[in-house]
Amino acid sequence: MKSIFKAAALGVAALGLTIGAASAQGVLQKVKERGQLICGTGLGIAGFGMPDEKGVWKGLDIDYCRAIAAAILNDPMKVKTVSLTAKDRFTALQSGEIDVLVRTTTWTMSRDTSLGLNFAGINYYDGQGFMVRKSMNIKSALELNGASVCTQQGTTTELNLADYFRANKMKYEVVAFVTNDETIKAYESGRCDVFTTDSSGLFAERLKFSKPGDHMILPEIISKEPLAASVRHGDDQWFDVVKWVHYAMLNAEELGVSQSNVDQMLKSDNPEVKRLLGTEGKFGEMIGLPNDWVVRIVKNVGNYGEVFERNVGSGSLLKIERGKNNLWTKGGLQYAPPIR
Amino acid sequence: MTIGDNVTPMDASGAYLGSGDLPQRKPPVTSRGLVAWVRDNLFSSIPNTIMTLLGFWILWEITPPILDFLIFDAVWEGSGRDACLESVRNAPVGACWAFVKVRLGYFFYGQYPIDERWRVDTVWAMGAIGVVWLLWPRVPYKNWGSLYFFLIFPVVAFFLLVGTPAFNLQKVPTNLWGGVLVTLVISTVGIVFSLPLGVLLALGRRSKLPLVRLFSVIFIEFVRGVPLITVLFMANVMLPLFLPDGWRPDSLIRVLVGIALFASAYMAEIVRGGLQAIGRGQYEGAQSLGLGYWQMMVLIILPQALKIVIPNIVNTFIGLFKDTTLVSIVGIFDFLKTIEASFVDPRWATPVTRATGYAFAAIFYFIFCWGMSQYSQWMERKLATGHKR
Repeated sequence: MKSIFKAAALGVAALGLTIGAASAQGVLQKVKERGQLICGTGLGIAGFGMPDEKGVWKGLDIDYCRAIAAAILNDPMKVKTVSLTAKDRFTALQSGEIDVLVRTTTWTMSRDTSLGLNFAGINYYDGQGFMVRKSMNIKSALELNGASVCTQQGTTTELNLADYFRANKMKYEVVAFVTNDETIKAYESGRCDVFTTDSSGLFAERLKFSKPGDHMILPEIISKEPLAASVRHGDDQWFDVVKWVHYAMLNAEELGVSQSNVDQMLKSDNPEVKRLLGTEGKFGEMIGLPNDWVVRIVKNVGNYGEVFERNVGSGSLLKIERGKNNLWTKGGLQYAPPIR
Repeated sequence: MTIGDNVTPMDASGAYLGSGDLPQRKPPVTSRGLVAWVRDNLFSSIPNTIMTLLGFWILWEITPPILDFLIFDAVWEGSGRDACLESVRNAPVGACWAFVKVRLGYFFYGQYPIDERWRVDTVWAMGAIGVVWLLWPRVPYKNWGSLYFFLIFPVVAFFLLVGTPAFNLQKVPTNLWGGVLVTLVISTVGIVFSLPLGVLLALGRRSKLPLVRLFSVIFIEFVRGVPLITVLFMANVMLPLFLPDGWRPDSLIRVLVGIALFASAYMAEIVRGGLQAIGRGQYEGAQSLGLGYWQMMVLIILPQALKIVIPNIVNTFIGLFKDTTLVSIVGIFDFLKTIEASFVDPRWATPVTRATGYAFAAIFYFIFCWGMSQYSQWMERKLATGHKR
């Protein structure tokens, strides 16, 4: 009996060793060998990741996957998207089923630490917002005293709402529903004055109304929902790659390098542009990529501004303002460390 | 009419005799036309009348809106949300079939590359031929049909769908499969594998060999004791944590195995019910003819047992077909999930998009399930040879 246990223990140890050996090889190396990036995405979120009529996935998050693939493999289409539910997205990342998770995931402390994730760059600053009827003639959420608010039961949305109204000493009546659809229906039929959810969602939901033009989204954002890409703990090189793909897209926008002018920009004399596009220095090599990595990203996918406008901004039906997602030079929060 | 009206009093010999023809009676009730049928069946009593009126009132209330939504107010053509918006059309808008039309390719094939979709079509055509061949009694050469459907078709379908460099077919990984393709693949594999596995498990559970019996009982009870969702989560989330890196079966295959095992446990209990309905005499008769165990089972017992449980088997198949929608929770895009994923598209964001999508899904599932049910009833009638009660 003892020997059986011993054999079993040895077997388990051997298995552990092989797993250890396998994960010692970095994700970057694995992606290069596989010739494909495996990217965890959602089940369909307007503007961030959804299948188009031909079945091709499009969206802000999907473009991030494509940018990473372009930087490593010089082909934005070499991405395998794995659709994940909110529940199994972290398990999929922890078990190594996906290389990177870009799925409108809020960066929180508990996820960053105890779940064993590293968040690499915030690709969208989201937060809870309010929608009201234009006929109410309200310009700010601070005028909402006494309003009835439609929201979804048991979500952080409901808690944020309570915090906000209490902090501003305003009265409100909450009308909560189980599903998002019920909530929207109730608001549209006039059951309450205000509808609240994450602001990116407000824009998408507004389109489903019979008269979207009658409703407006108030400028206040009452909670922090920084949406970021994430990777596993313990592979710093891969973390750097994902992080710097994000920063490269921001720096490209800041320096005016876009999909259309990237070839002319290669001849630029600006030292910052030269470092960005790899005509000077060896910055790509530092993260295990060729020096023209940013050229690959911008040529194939575009800079951050282009990606934003195409998927959720003015180039899309959602028409979300840049707002907090504007560059820091234009009053937003998007700020990338310099490449030097 | 009482005796005596047309009967003369006792004559001399002491017998009663008729003294003329009896008056004609009314014709029997069977042929009394629609009005009588209505009176007998719909308005036979006061409660019945109330129920009838209530039923008609409900029909009267719900039928016109349904027809309006599905047909008369529906939008059939259009290239975007404007086509299905009441504010733009200035007319009531029913179902937005234009949305379904534009997205139909996605609903049927998922992300399967457009240039390669002929391969899926070929597989469907081959499958349809096989099904007709096997299920329509008048088509001859059933043995060849079985060989085709259970051996040739799966192999060809596999290579067509997955792709193989040998025939210059581009590889299509299963994460690109979706829509009706995935629904049909999962339900076909589930149905085709669950019946033989279920029969084996049922026989195992009634076996005299303790080890076989124990295995069958444990398997059946364990699998039946957990919800399908748990099996799917187990296959999708837990399995990768146990298995070493790089040794990870494809997620669709994991789900296929899970569903096939799950369905076979249910099938086993259904078949066991059929086996228990067969009288002892059938076993003894078979044994007295000198048949061995397998001969007895295959030639005498199973044909009778399976015939008895046809309604239950088809019931399980229909349930399985609809249960395939559960795979969406592990991120596989079956037919229903492709429809739901399309709801988020801002280009088709309208108040009616969601209702249209679900209506389309309902029609699709109904056609398939009703077809299966009709076939099974027809088969039952055909096989009814004295067992019908």
